[in-house]
Amino acid sequence: MIERLSELVNVDEALVRRGRFLTCDFLVEVGEMPYHVSVERGRIASVTRGPVLMRPWRFAIRATEDAWREFWQPVPRPGYHDLFALTRFGRARIEGDLQPLMANLRYIKDVLEAPRRLARSA
Amino acid sequence: MAARIEPIAGRYVHLTLGGRPCRVYFEEAGTGIPLLCLHTAGSDGRQFRHLMNDPAVTDHFRVVAFDLPWHGKSTPPAGWQDEEYTLTTAAYVEAVMTFSRALDLERPVVMGCSMGGRIVLELAAGHGRELGAVIGLEAADHQTPWYDTEWLHRPDVHGGEVCAALVSGLVGAPAPDEHRWETLWGYMQSGPGVFKGDLYFYRVDSDFRERVAGIDTRDCPVHLLTGSYDFSCTPEDTLRTAGKIKGAEAQIMEGLGHFPMSEDPARFREYILPVLDRLRAARA
Repeated sequence: MIERLSELVNVDEALVRRGRFLTCDFLVEVGEMPYHVSVERGRIASVTRGPVLMRPWRFAIRATEDAWREFWQPVPRPGYHDLFALTRFGRARIEGDLQPLMANLRYIKDVLEAPRRLARSA
Repeated sequence: MAARIEPIAGRYVHLTLGGRPCRVYFEEAGTGIPLLCLHTAGSDGRQFRHLMNDPAVTDHFRVVAFDLPWHGKSTPPAGWQDEEYTLTTAAYVEAVMTFSRALDLERPVVMGCSMGGRIVLELAAGHGRELGAVIGLEAADHQTPWYDTEWLHRPDVHGGEVCAALVSGLVGAPAPDEHRWETLWGYMQSGPGVFKGDLYFYRVDSDFRERVAGIDTRDCPVHLLTGSYDFSCTPEDTLRTAGKIKGAEAQIMEGLGHFPMSEDPARFREYILPVLDRLRAARA
């Protein structure tokens, strides 16, 4: 799912436009597996499966495999339907420098939710 | 004239709140039992526009919604430019009761959502005999904070954008896009620091866990309705609260979130109309 972020996000003009002021590297952890996501002016430049030693990131979003699987359902059930629902119930953690996340919150949430489209079209 | 004009009328009333003159905007539609509606934190009375356009409601109820000072079309009181807005329980109760008395609403049913749902519990406890009933939407006597409100009002994060993006997940997943985004637009339009100031009431000044047991539902019936997707005021928070108020009724609304009346009006009316019917029958 997360490996396909580039193709999911970069074809979405409105989403790329929304993120046009963001250039930043962040980490998404799916269970034990870290993915380095690199954003350049709203486009996903790369998603690199880690661990990559000594690669920095501004913020990290970590959740269990189960939590992400539920989160990426086409219509997720209550408690799994939003990034902050996951954190509220202890299913995800957000760490690091939160300023770029909060300043681009709708963009980041939309990026993280983009894999739901795969499930919808499946 | 062929254009559709809604039955909602908007006017301004001048009230003294906190010892200061306030110009308060309100909208209303319908005739019958007064149904006074209280908007959520960081938004305004437009959230109730669907109820005001629903003859099943307005044939029997005079639906009235006002914008708290600082919200919607109610301007902040003069001098606001040097103040940090913080809503308190005392100020909120004063605003609701002063407005209700100014409009001569007789034993109104007071329906509030989120922080409006919180304050109706205090209104029922402190002013129950003046009210016909209270309906708390997404209401609880207390709930656990789920983010740091410092993000809501600072120069390096756009306030309107972050307020809307924070609460976006509180809308139920099945909500129609049109209504989801109109609900969020309300948050985007909120003045700087207003949502944060409302949350002072919601987070700091309204722990009613000891208070709600004092509500007498024989004077003032209590109905609590909470959406299954609400992770701010969770269904468990609401059911726990209802369990402490003898005679209170609680219902979980499947598929709805934290803004039921505006995020998915068609689904919400399936839940709210039976409650309004019962209140009407009890009053007849």
